[in-house]
Amino acid sequence: MTTDLTLDAPRAPHARTKRGINWEKWGWIYMRVSGVLLVVLIFGHLFVNLFLGDGVSQIDFAFVAGKLSDPFWQWYDFALLVLALVHGTNGMRTIVNDYVAKASVRRILHTALVASTAVLLVLGTLVLFTFDPCPAGADPELVASFCEDIL
Amino acid sequence: MATATDTTAEVGAVQEFTVTVIIRRFDPEKDAEPYWQDFDVQMYSTDRVLDALHKVKWDQDGTLSFRRSCAHGICGSDAMRINGRNRLACKTLIKDLDITKPIYIEAIKGLPLEKDLIVDMEPFFASYRQVQPFLQSSSKPEKERIQSIEERARFDDTTKCILCAACTSSCPVFWTDGQYFGPAAIVNAHRFIFDSRDEAAQVRLDILNDKEGVWRCRTTFNCSEACPRGIEVTKAISEVKQAILRGRP
Repeated sequence: MTTDLTLDAPRAPHARTKRGINWEKWGWIYMRVSGVLLVVLIFGHLFVNLFLGDGVSQIDFAFVAGKLSDPFWQWYDFALLVLALVHGTNGMRTIVNDYVAKASVRRILHTALVASTAVLLVLGTLVLFTFDPCPAGADPELVASFCEDIL
Repeated sequence: MATATDTTAEVGAVQEFTVTVIIRRFDPEKDAEPYWQDFDVQMYSTDRVLDALHKVKWDQDGTLSFRRSCAHGICGSDAMRINGRNRLACKTLIKDLDITKPIYIEAIKGLPLEKDLIVDMEPFFASYRQVQPFLQSSSKPEKERIQSIEERARFDDTTKCILCAACTSSCPVFWTDGQYFGPAAIVNAHRFIFDSRDEAAQVRLDILNDKEGVWRCRTTFNCSEACPRGIEVTKAISEVKQAILRGRP
């Protein structure tokens, strides 16, 4: 904060926000609940990927392809994807609310946040559930070497 | 003066020293921008920052403006930013500051600057009024409203507030646009929400369950650190959050 900070007209008269879902409250609760879940999920993710088996050296295309062919890991990663993305987006939203005073700029940034999150959610979900390391009829030059046994 | 400084070796003696205070001055009729002005004052180790301001105003520059009433840490008039921290000038001893360096004194932040160390407190009091900081009860007891020691202890901490605005004007969320209720208003809501004699807790919880209410608190603890009364402000705000989630105090 700069030292010459003064506000010309702080605190507009308090106006009751209209009834309905209290997003501010649920956003606050979501941050706490998803935070706790993420701690568990992220450390589980790190433990399985980096510690179990051959550790860090086991991670390659085949390892990821193998994990994503298992419905358990598909749903595990889906939970990680949704919880972390929405958690991050909500955090960015509060930062925008804290630092952007102009309503129009605020709206643009909020829209950009929602749009980018939606795109990432769709793309991530698509990859998680439709990923095929050895697509049928693909050029053998382009696919992974372990696909030879399958194709 | 020379003899006075020689007494430093004497144990328990009152020391005298020259202190430089740099005050952020602003006269809206003359200055376009606030500016820093320094003064050298002779101070004793028993003096407070308020005494330094008095010496400047009474002996050097009578145009210096600041608020102070009781001068004993209870009226809440002289909250100001001393060396970058919100404190009461009347409760800050000069000897507790680093007097080898100048002491910087400026008005509290986030409220409109009126003159020198005086800010417009109205936005602060406006949000205070909105939490309905008064006892609301439908019953009219014959003698007194009975309350157990435990019930009184529940909100004891937040009864200590003197409305000096040190907490609210140290809150980075309040600085952003000034729309947040601010720690002081929530502390004073807490004082009645958890009072067993009061019946309007639900109304106050509803007021604070808002976009500009308790959910904007980021628990940065600036308020707890700034409070000259030692109120655990962040804890009080968290208790109000919990009460809203429970739906009752």
